[in-house]
Amino acid sequence: MVKYIAKRIGLAIVTIWAVATITFFLMNLVPGGPFLSEKAISPQATAALEAKYGLDKPLFQQYLTYITDALHGDFGDSLKQRGRTVMDIIKMKFPVSARVGGVSVLVSLILGVPLGCIAALKRGKFADSLISVVATCGIAVPSFVICTLLLYFFGVKMQILPTMGLTTAKHYVMPVMALSFYPTAYIMRLMRSSMLDVLGQDYMRTAKAKGLAGGKILFKHALRNAILPVITYVGPLLAYTVTGSFVVEKIFTIPGLGGEFISAINGRDYTLIMGTTIFLATLIIIMNVVVDIVYKLVDPRIKLK
Amino acid sequence: MKKRALALVLTAAMVLGLTACGGSSNGTATDSADGQTAETETDAEAPASATGEKILSVQVGPDPETIDPALNSAVDGGNMLLHSFECLLTVDENGQLAPGQAESYEVSEDGLTWTFHLRDGLKWSDGSDLNANDFVYSWKRVCDPMVAAPYAETVLSMVEGYDKAIEGDLDALQVAASDDNTLVVTLNAPCSYFGSLAAFATLSPVQQATVEANGDAWATSAETYISNGPFYVSEWVPGSYIMMTKNPYYWNADAIKLDGIKWNLIEDSNAAYSAYQTGEVLMIKDVPTEEIPTLKDNAEFHVDPIIGTYYLSMNLQRDAFKDAKVRKALSLAIDRDYVANTLMQGTYSPADNFMGPGWIDMDGKQFKDNANGGKSYIDVTNYEADLEEAKQLLADAGYPNGEGFPTITYTTNDAGYHKVVAEYLQQAWAELGIDLQVDIVEWASFTPMRRNGDFDVARNGWVGDYSDPSNMLELFYSTNGNNDGKFSNADFDAAIDLSRTTLDADERSQALHTAEDILMEEAGCIPVAYYNDFWLQSDKITGSWHSPYGYWYFMYADITE
Repeated sequence: MVKYIAKRIGLAIVTIWAVATITFFLMNLVPGGPFLSEKAISPQATAALEAKYGLDKPLFQQYLTYITDALHGDFGDSLKQRGRTVMDIIKMKFPVSARVGGVSVLVSLILGVPLGCIAALKRGKFADSLISVVATCGIAVPSFVICTLLLYFFGVKMQILPTMGLTTAKHYVMPVMALSFYPTAYIMRLMRSSMLDVLGQDYMRTAKAKGLAGGKILFKHALRNAILPVITYVGPLLAYTVTGSFVVEKIFTIPGLGGEFISAINGRDYTLIMGTTIFLATLIIIMNVVVDIVYKLVDPRIKLK
Repeated sequence: MKKRALALVLTAAMVLGLTACGGSSNGTATDSADGQTAETETDAEAPASATGEKILSVQVGPDPETIDPALNSAVDGGNMLLHSFECLLTVDENGQLAPGQAESYEVSEDGLTWTFHLRDGLKWSDGSDLNANDFVYSWKRVCDPMVAAPYAETVLSMVEGYDKAIEGDLDALQVAASDDNTLVVTLNAPCSYFGSLAAFATLSPVQQATVEANGDAWATSAETYISNGPFYVSEWVPGSYIMMTKNPYYWNADAIKLDGIKWNLIEDSNAAYSAYQTGEVLMIKDVPTEEIPTLKDNAEFHVDPIIGTYYLSMNLQRDAFKDAKVRKALSLAIDRDYVANTLMQGTYSPADNFMGPGWIDMDGKQFKDNANGGKSYIDVTNYEADLEEAKQLLADAGYPNGEGFPTITYTTNDAGYHKVVAEYLQQAWAELGIDLQVDIVEWASFTPMRRNGDFDVARNGWVGDYSDPSNMLELFYSTNGNNDGKFSNADFDAAIDLSRTTLDADERSQALHTAEDILMEEAGCIPVAYYNDFWLQSDKITGSWHSPYGYWYFMYADITE
């Protein structure tokens, strides 16, 4: 397994390098630049800015400089948020997104896994239908609709929850609800179908025939096998959720990282685009490796090579 | 069994790991910030709380990109600077120049030497002394190519030595402190509106010690952000809020009634509106447009003009627009009253001139009232007749009923009412028999496209930096960087040249009016509507005002219950 992990890490570095390279050249292909505004700033000022941030150099040289600096842990200064480095921004905003996102994933698991199991066990009954309806809604309704509805009912009409910021536990309620709605629904459905699949297996019948207790069958034999697809899903989900959601953060005025992904691209903040992209890519790759390891531990039949 | 336990632990770690790591190791800055938030939040919700602190909670826009005076080029950053810094002069409630850090100033007879007399005992927000040399340092810094201030040319190009300073020889800039309280500025040409520039946020003084110790980062954290205005920044949580606290060292601190201002950096207009409805904020700038019809009769809904015009640029280098008759026809075929009052829901006003309300003529009156002999260039109530005239003009130009006129494209980004206007133009010009294609482009691509002349007709707009009419008329000077349509007219340029050099107020005024006459006669652009600011403000706020530059002045405000 150690060998496997080492191999995966090696591969991860190559992947991140590829992501960085493709992003670098793609973003430079898109028209526009970081120093544009509705009012043209003087050519002298533009030239001075470009010189300051090295954007006057040939693209390939910029690329080499960037990669060299990045290898030394220097991801550069934000071109738009003058005076802040890309690392400053990620360090400041990621923890905020990670807290909201982490709680959301936890809530999705706590709700999604049991509800999915119940739906499978009560297949065709009322509980199953109800859960299916909720799951379909959760997958179909976009998060901005959920956010706006939550804001309207709990924030404005009932005034029981604060509408902006992220300072007390109460502040977490609406963003977490909005963020966990879709993954909860998705996990429920995943759990239901894989549970149904497992319940139909021969060894389940054997276990029943041996006279094992229902609870033991469910938790020891069924759940362990049925949860594999959920683990596959949760790995990347976690990476995406902890890096923040543009919509949810915007509507609830949460100072998280999600908005930076979008505004960096809209503002052509090249260094921030690179920084956030590499950061997200790294997280996803780490999560995938973790998923593989968890897989192995849950299901010993899987060999990691 | 062990393996299963390990699996459970790992799964749990997978879920919690990142959360926990986010919360602890990296979270120092945010955590401490959060700790303080709880306090300020309570204050904001109960302005007259037990502590007696009066904190005004408002929303004027999302996170400013920068609050470094030299680097800022945006209105939302400007609002922050206005409250945390003070220039030599300021603009009062009536839009007139008023003493700021300078008590008085005088201009030499040739208009080239401006002498500002600073108040005695001026201090920075950290309590240290501020004198004329701080202005010298700050103004030279604006010219520094390493600082790359976007507004350097606008505010300092008329100062002697600017050309050398912008190349790096900062000491060439003719700004000097003859003593601690006197600042002498030598200009290379008379500039009648230099007083307005002395009140312009870019020229705020910054403290050399903190700037040199912290570099560009000085303006990103409250600890190093030393200022000299009525308030100082006591906390900035990017993406959340900027907290300003009353500056006890401000010369006029006795007149400041608020203990602080909380600027909520809400980006989404629906979120802002929710916060306003719950009373979490007492004033919001971003009102959802879909709420405007229901808010129109609400006394808390305000609409106030700002000096700016929404206009269309035609690419004058393309054959289709070379004939002034065509340009005029396109302009006359627009029902501006319908566009501004119906499509834009009254949040804009129909443009009957290029220069709208708020621009000040040399005699102190509205430039607009003196334009075209006191008559507007376009009669916005006369659409039917104008349309007939437009058809006639197009026929005269050789395109009866639009026959033979090429298909043209209108390029715009998608924000606010831009798309609605684009769709309207399609209909309006179809009346002339002109086929208009609409091309919606993402903002960051749109700006360079327009600048490079890669369009037929493009949306355009300008909001003035100061109220001198030259600020907007110069857009059509043939070499101006913002002359996107490449309007080039020798008489127009001559009029602008005259306005730059003459010392005679009447002659200058006349020259500027001539320039607008030519621009309108030649239809160098198509003015559509004048910008307004519209916002919601609780009547609990007293003593605040809004300026035609798009700024809100809360420094002398109070909260009444």
